[in-house]
Amino acid sequence: MRKMNRNQAVVCGLGILLIISIFISIRFGRYPIPSRELLGILLEKLYPAEKFWPDQVEIVLLNIRLPRILLACLVGCCLSAAGAAYQGVFQNPMAAPDVLGASQGAAFGAALAILYYRSSTFITFSAFFFSLLTVALVFLISRRARGKSLLALVLSGIMISSLFSAGTSFIKLVADPTDQLPAITYWLMGSLAGAKFSDIIFSIIPMILGLIPLLLLRWRLNVLTLGDEEAKTMGVNAQRIRLLVIICATFVTAASVSVSGMIGWVGLIIPHLARKLVGNNFIHLMPASMLLGAIFLLFVDNFSRNLFTTEIPLGILTAFIGAPFFVYLITRKGESF
Amino acid sequence: MSIEVANLSFSYGDRLILDRINFVAKDQELLSILGPNGTGKSTLFRCILGLLSKYKGKALLNGRDIRKLGIREMAQYIAYIPQCHYPSFNYTVFDMVLMGTTVQLSTLSSPGVKQRKLAESALERLGILHLKERGYTQISGGERQLVLMARALVQEARILILDEPTANLDFGNQIRVLTQIKSLAKEGYTIIQSTHNPDQTFLFSDKVLAMKDGKVLALGPPCQVFSQELIHQLYGIDVELQSLYDDKARVCIPKSIIEAGSPQRFCS
Repeated sequence: MRKMNRNQAVVCGLGILLIISIFISIRFGRYPIPSRELLGILLEKLYPAEKFWPDQVEIVLLNIRLPRILLACLVGCCLSAAGAAYQGVFQNPMAAPDVLGASQGAAFGAALAILYYRSSTFITFSAFFFSLLTVALVFLISRRARGKSLLALVLSGIMISSLFSAGTSFIKLVADPTDQLPAITYWLMGSLAGAKFSDIIFSIIPMILGLIPLLLLRWRLNVLTLGDEEAKTMGVNAQRIRLLVIICATFVTAASVSVSGMIGWVGLIIPHLARKLVGNNFIHLMPASMLLGAIFLLFVDNFSRNLFTTEIPLGILTAFIGAPFFVYLITRKGESF
Repeated sequence: MSIEVANLSFSYGDRLILDRINFVAKDQELLSILGPNGTGKSTLFRCILGLLSKYKGKALLNGRDIRKLGIREMAQYIAYIPQCHYPSFNYTVFDMVLMGTTVQLSTLSSPGVKQRKLAESALERLGILHLKERGYTQISGGERQLVLMARALVQEARILILDEPTANLDFGNQIRVLTQIKSLAKEGYTIIQSTHNPDQTFLFSDKVLAMKDGKVLALGPPCQVFSQELIHQLYGIDVELQSLYDDKARVCIPKSIIEAGSPQRFCS
């Protein structure tokens, strides 16, 4: 068997760290669950045994805490994977999952849904739909633009994003300030509070459909960062692979944002942190970003639900942690991007 | 392996860039394209590489129209070595070379043991195995050029196209890179390169294509093609062409400098 190299070891280590983090996170909460009862409940699902814990504990664990923890991992994983993928296809280390307007589109969709119906399923669905619609629109516009296709894509992303964000602002203006406006504002700040298993069921299919191709195409992503013409001379159909990667990354971003609201920074800083750990080769970078993103968002969400008596929205926390961390990354001596 | 270009013309809008270019490059042949900046050398390369297709005339690879070949098939026959550049992300030298093997892989797979061995042997052949774990953007320009050549070798294409391989290199690295190119041609590679140094072109090429303003001025073995008139036509500079070592080398000396220089600057 081939010896494992350093980067593979790091990726395996992150996987183990994620599993440990999940177990730690389950124990912590407003309603602490002791390890003994936790193991009991989980094992009982495999081997029916006599219950020695109150029903309340089981309900808290299975219906409230576990869905939330799983969703935090999934969203963190998806946003980081999408960020890493976009950085590759745009040959730009500053690209983030919402560079093509996926987040702003989702925000508009969610705000619209909150204005007319208040069912949470409908909000999620509308956010997902508008997110995909926005990116499709950006793509169609950039096709008609003259000049460099990559630049046209990024520019139309910025334009359409600001258009939809203006739309969101307008909805906030006309929304009922007693209940609709706070709901919209809260959604925009991003939160996993109230995560249900139905959220996971809704989002997991597009997430997996997007994540698997991103993992399989990760070697080609390396070649794509060299530019279209060079990639072509090396036998890679740059345009086709880019389109495929953008579709997948958009899918996972839309699925994440529609269940969690706007959570900034994760898609930008986690890939960079992963670059510091395993280098720029997507073979290791993609899985490392996914695992690291899951761990990061899980921890941030733990803070969000445990730190104060009222929950702090995730978007605020990720910015509080993300911005100083990014300043540290770019000012650190010795290495450049 | 051969590349044949017949009556190829290309224009951007109204501007004619290439005007009825004709040449053939065969096995074991090192063809150098000599011409001033902005004369269409890069455009010609992009036509041959299949990156541009709206040209008149023909570009043939082993007798087949390049426009009708797929991206993958092209990469199996022709490898391109760009001028050294800075990519957006700093890959290790080894990863950079490994990327050349992509054409052998199916779309969803990654390089395996066979590709890694190939990359190692290419690095060794070019004498840069010790750079394997270094960052591509942190090595010198000459080393980067050799890395790009190693990347082209693992692509296992028999035709190499090099865009000014010695640009930005110091004299020692220029000769080292050109020597490697020459030995590759001897091994049977067909090589087309663009260049700016007439002396080195004479020393290292089997065939020279002199181009100006999109037109071919001369085509043939260097000893037939090189003359004072040609250098004047190409660059607008009057030179003295000196033949050395039984005409194995010819060097250009700009006349105006010699004639204008004050005597004490020269040791006599």
